[in-house]
Amino acid sequence: MEHSSNSYYVPDQSHWPIVGSIAMILLLGGTGLTLNDIQASGEVAQMSKYITYTGAGILIFMLFGWFGTVISESRSGKYSPQVDTSFRFGMSWFIFSEVMFFFAFFGVLYYTRSFSVPWLGGLGDKGLSHMLWPDFQAAWPLLTPPDASLFTPIKEVIDPWHLPLINTILLVTSSFTLTFAHHALIEGDRSKVKIWLGTTLLFGIAFLILQGYEYVEAYQHLDLTLNSGIYGATFFILTGFHGLHVTIGSIILLVMLIRVFKGHFTADNHFAFEAGAWYWHFVDVVWLLLFMVVYVF
Amino acid sequence: MSELTMTTDHHDHGPAKGIGRWLFTTNHKDIGTMYLVFSLIMFLIGGLFAFVIRAELFQPGMQLVDPNFFNQMTTMHGLVMVFGAVMPGFVGLANWQIPLMIGAPDMALPRMNNWSFWILPFAFSMLIATFFMDGGAPAFGWTFYAPLSTTYAPPSVTFFIFAVHMMGISSIMGAMNIIVTIFNMRAPGMSLMQMPMFVWTWLITAFLLVAVMPVLAAVVTMMLMDIHFATSFFNAAGGGDPVLFQHVFWFFGHPEVYIMILPAFGVVSEIIPTFARKKLFGYHSMVYATVSIAVLSLVVWAHHMFTVGMPIAGQLFFMFATMLIAVPTGVKVFNWIATMFKGSMTFETPMLFAIGFVVLFTIGGFSGVMLAIAPIDFQYQDTYFVVAHFHYVLVPGAVFGIMAGVYYWLPKWVGRMYDEGLGKMHFWLSFIGLNITFFPMHFVGLAGMPRRIPDYALQFADFNMMASAGAFIFGTSQLIFVYLIIKAARSGETADQVPWESAEGLEWTLPTPLPYHTFTTPPVIEK
Amino acid sequence: MRQIMHLFGMALLVSSGSALAAWELNMPRGVTETSHTVYDLHMLILWICVAIGVVVFGVMFWSIYAHRKSKGAQAAQFHESTTVEVIWTIIPFIILIGMAIPSTTTLIDMYDSSESDIDIKVTGYQWKWHYDYINDGVDFFSVLKTPKEEIYNEQEKNPNYLLDVDNELVVPIDKKIRFLFTANDVLHAWWVPEIAIKKDTIPGFINESWTRIKEPGTYRGQCAELCGKDHGFMPIVVKAVTQPEYDKWLADQKAAGAAKAAEADKDWTLDELVTAGAAVYQKNCAACHMPDGSGMPPAFPALNNNPMMQGDDVTAHMEVVINGVPGSAMAAYGKQMTAVDLAAVITYKRNTWENKTGGMVSPADVQAFMDK
Ligand code: HEA
Ligand code: HEA
Ligand code: HEC
Ligand code: CUA
Ligand SMILES: [Cu+2]
Repeated sequence: MEHSSNSYYVPDQSHWPIVGSIAMILLLGGTGLTLNDIQASGEVAQMSKYITYTGAGILIFMLFGWFGTVISESRSGKYSPQVDTSFRFGMSWFIFSEVMFFFAFFGVLYYTRSFSVPWLGGLGDKGLSHMLWPDFQAAWPLLTPPDASLFTPIKEVIDPWHLPLINTILLVTSSFTLTFAHHALIEGDRSKVKIWLGTTLLFGIAFLILQGYEYVEAYQHLDLTLNSGIYGATFFILTGFHGLHVTIGSIILLVMLIRVFKGHFTADNHFAFEAGAWYWHFVDVVWLLLFMVVYVF
Repeated sequence: MSELTMTTDHHDHGPAKGIGRWLFTTNHKDIGTMYLVFSLIMFLIGGLFAFVIRAELFQPGMQLVDPNFFNQMTTMHGLVMVFGAVMPGFVGLANWQIPLMIGAPDMALPRMNNWSFWILPFAFSMLIATFFMDGGAPAFGWTFYAPLSTTYAPPSVTFFIFAVHMMGISSIMGAMNIIVTIFNMRAPGMSLMQMPMFVWTWLITAFLLVAVMPVLAAVVTMMLMDIHFATSFFNAAGGGDPVLFQHVFWFFGHPEVYIMILPAFGVVSEIIPTFARKKLFGYHSMVYATVSIAVLSLVVWAHHMFTVGMPIAGQLFFMFATMLIAVPTGVKVFNWIATMFKGSMTFETPMLFAIGFVVLFTIGGFSGVMLAIAPIDFQYQDTYFVVAHFHYVLVPGAVFGIMAGVYYWLPKWVGRMYDEGLGKMHFWLSFIGLNITFFPMHFVGLAGMPRRIPDYALQFADFNMMASAGAFIFGTSQLIFVYLIIKAARSGETADQVPWESAEGLEWTLPTPLPYHTFTTPPVIEK
Repeated sequence: MRQIMHLFGMALLVSSGSALAAWELNMPRGVTETSHTVYDLHMLILWICVAIGVVVFGVMFWSIYAHRKSKGAQAAQFHESTTVEVIWTIIPFIILIGMAIPSTTTLIDMYDSSESDIDIKVTGYQWKWHYDYINDGVDFFSVLKTPKEEIYNEQEKNPNYLLDVDNELVVPIDKKIRFLFTANDVLHAWWVPEIAIKKDTIPGFINESWTRIKEPGTYRGQCAELCGKDHGFMPIVVKAVTQPEYDKWLADQKAAGAAKAAEADKDWTLDELVTAGAAVYQKNCAACHMPDGSGMPPAFPALNNNPMMQGDDVTAHMEVVINGVPGSAMAAYGKQMTAVDLAAVITYKRNTWENKTGGMVSPADVQAFMDK
């Protein structure tokens, strides 16, 4: 079976998508049941948990299977350069959609800082609202929310120049090490690839550990929680989703590292590696922005 | 342009047998069919909900349902129509047509294409299942404003949120696929400015989808946090703001309404030239107008929020930006008319739907401009005037767009001609029915009838009765459409390769009936 | 059959034309300066759109008529003309500027709520309005008056069906009235077409608006933001009166308020409380917990046969009613009602339906609980 350069690879039937859909409805349906159980009685029924776990299990199985198929197709040379371009475009637009996801949360932060909190505190166009919250003082970081009986005040916010700064350095450095790994791959120096990629992964994991430590600190000592009003809410949604992305990025890097060990990738065919790198750089840029607007200013 | 050349490689085998063909398929035609059938089913379900609404509103007083169930009907009607009927309908058209129109063997990422579709039935099962949960289905409107949708929502809201997540993932993947296909899979020699208008409008639509669906995902995620994790995004007691919800929602929501109309613009721009036997007037300005509409649509969202008490600067900005959209949209309307002008027109069913589209969409556009004027929108906002506006742009707009496309391309898809007589009957009954349904809504709205109410004051009675009667005509006439499609798919004579006298485009260079795999070797486009 | 006749009659009406005036086809012109401006602006934009429509559809239908293939029309070849394309981009733009100018001035005027004579705070509740004349110490709730029998078609509907309330918002004419809008639970919107105000009421925030009514009269409106089950049943009635009438009304209100306050000190019997409580219950609680106390589980718990209504521990019961259940639709009625009403409704629930405990909670008990 010849694949001339102008014949595009159209895969045969595949059962992975439907498996993915089943995984998705089980995972989300189970999570929904779990959350509603907690809301209603605080106790989670066995059933809800098992549905969630099954869904998660199938999802992981699906991801392995699906990516496995793609990898073996790629290695057996079925993909023309045009297919490669499709993957590149696909990945770029996926990252763009992620950018928009974060954009929404940054927008929320901007709005609350510039509008809702000042208004509640008596400043600006709708400052009249202060009538309803006579004791409330607008400030950012907002330590004491308008109704301190519903939302616990924060004792102290996180000092940007300790853990967050270290984290910034870690992530920025990791972007460099990843680029070194990429260059090494292009030069065909596989042992260097392993070293640099491994280093990047270690930085990523270190970041996650520090971030976890920071969360524990926030909850246990600073009273900075999801329940501490809009400052806590925006803080955790931004850093939380970023952390989730670092986790995903680290898993991707780990897979890439394993594949390098298995001898995958060549100097001119390693799109999966590049896609992972793009993702990592994107996560890095988000962090820089986040470091500025969440921690510093 | 090339005739179809068949090469003998493994793509040439036909479809698999049995249900597996549909579950596992990677074929854009199969996936397109599934999207369209799904969309039709959702249209019928959403229509059924509309029917409950119209039946309750037939007369003043509470007759059939209780107020809470009425709100569930309104909510689910909006959600099912928007996310279940119109969007998948257009994606179905895109799946069928884009590869055929740009000479590609399939979509760029065929497996993902299958997944985009197969998420939807699951998402909607989850959504519809909320009817059977404690406390009932969501009853807070398709715009689900907080805090009615958070603190005061029934427990089923959790599943509503996850269903929206799933739809969002499906739409994003579908849109990415379309963008990649258009950028990467065009037949050699086809430049962007040679693409058919339908492909252009879908390219822009897909861009909008990738830009705003994540924002929808973000807003429902924040709802989830407020409900289950004690945050205060939409609660002033913690420093948040219910209006913030609306800003984020409408940042998605307004582009969403153009997502529902741009592909229809594309369909109509294909159909009118064919039946006017004249090239589309002002191709380039059509493209630029589409791009302008999309760009503007990202900065007008707060025209849905004129009554929330925005600072006046915001009010003015959003008013001006919204009004501006009339300019590029006008360009489109004028171009269509200029295409008809001095043509040689015939009026087969697709053309009837296209003309109906142009007229009635424009009427909906006019009421849109009236709504855009902030000081008078105070009198219109959340009344039936708004309901009239958006049904004029959605029903004879988006829905007619899809139907026109189906009539136009059906002979190619199923290989048989549909029954022209039934098609014309479907058009005229729909046209009359929908005007009787939705035109009186302008009047009751102006006279002061709020939307989303299960019962109304006596002075609105006559027009409501009229609207309900019209809805019955419109609804039943859709059964003709269903029958016509089934009939064409089952029996009848093979259609000509080019069933319309002067249709142009790569899709018509293919034989009828259409082989399962087409353009496995791309055609070459000459300048 | 009657309906068919009705439809038929409607068709006649439309064709007769003369009856159109009675048909409420358009926005009311209203009774304030602003509402007149708004109406005129509305008509202006409407006619501009109609005019554009006539031209655009005119050309279109003419082409459809004249350039039909069946009439032997031959298709022309042109498909571009920069000149006309520029023209039909610029003309709509100019028209839009023409629309934008009067709109901007109107809007700026509507936003100027300074130098008011009377300030009224309007609070939206599920599903009633609270009016507070902040400078005069008068405040009250305003609830739908239409009886259930009319809604459920057991009784002839009166002309103000669904647009009637127990306590109207009374205001003087020719005074600048400033409204401060807020809400207690979810979003509502306060809308009276004839004075051309529609503003969302947002929990935790205050929106402003103003009016100056020119003619005495009764003006009716409705809540215009979906606010849950009974969104369709929370009308607004504004009664504009002359200044002397207003002054008298205000004095009466103050006197009534004082009388009400005095009631708290009186000795209440069980029967009196139950009777008073029944009224309070139907007005405030029946919307959710149903007139017969059956509720709508799980959203709204049943109060009939409810252990809380039957047990000896009244504190828990008082706690729920007075302080509400945070994060649910059950509001803190301690902030909305007098001690007498609270005592009455609590006593009522313990002594009606199947909750026949015979126990009584006095206004003094309630007061003591609230002072704690
Ligand atoms: C397909 C969907 C669709 C489309 C295309 C539009 C198109 C437009 N819409 Fe509409 N709209 C909705 C769907 C849509 N809308 C929905 C669903 C809602 C309600 C949501 C909810 O609350 O549930 C809504 C609500 C809505 C509002 C909020 C009303 C309110 O709640 O108070 C406003 C306000 O500005 C508005 C404006 C417009 C405008 C200016 C256009 C313009 O794009 C129209 C432009 C077109 C023309 C103007 C006609 C052709 C032009 C000419 C012939 C040129 C010459 C004309 C002039 C110079 C005037 N829309
Ligand atoms: C594309 C979107 C779309 C479409 C196609 C429609 C189609 C229709 N809509 Fe809908 N509508 C919305 C989008 C749409 N709508 C949205 C977004 C809202 C706002 C929701 C909200 O407020 O949150 C809304 C709200 C809305 C309301 C206001 C409800 C309220 O405020 O309480 C009403 C009231 O009349 C209405 C009516 C109708 C009718 C009669 C049709 C008809 O066109 C439907 C016709 C179709 C059928 C009837 C089905 C076909 C036939 C059968 C199923 C066979 C059996 C039927 C018979 C024998 C009759 N719609
Ligand atoms: C807007 C709807 C609404 C109105 C009006 C309302 N309630 Fe409730 N009520 C609720 C809801 C919801 C709950 C359940 C709260 C929870 O436990 O989450 C509740 C719970 C209660 C309970 C506790 C029942 C139990 O078994 O836990 C009592 C007692 C009660 N309400 C009394 C009243 C009284 C008295 C009034 C009128 C003065 C009233 N309610 C008006 C919604 C309402
Ligand atoms: Cu209150 Cu709607
Ligand atoms: Cu909009």
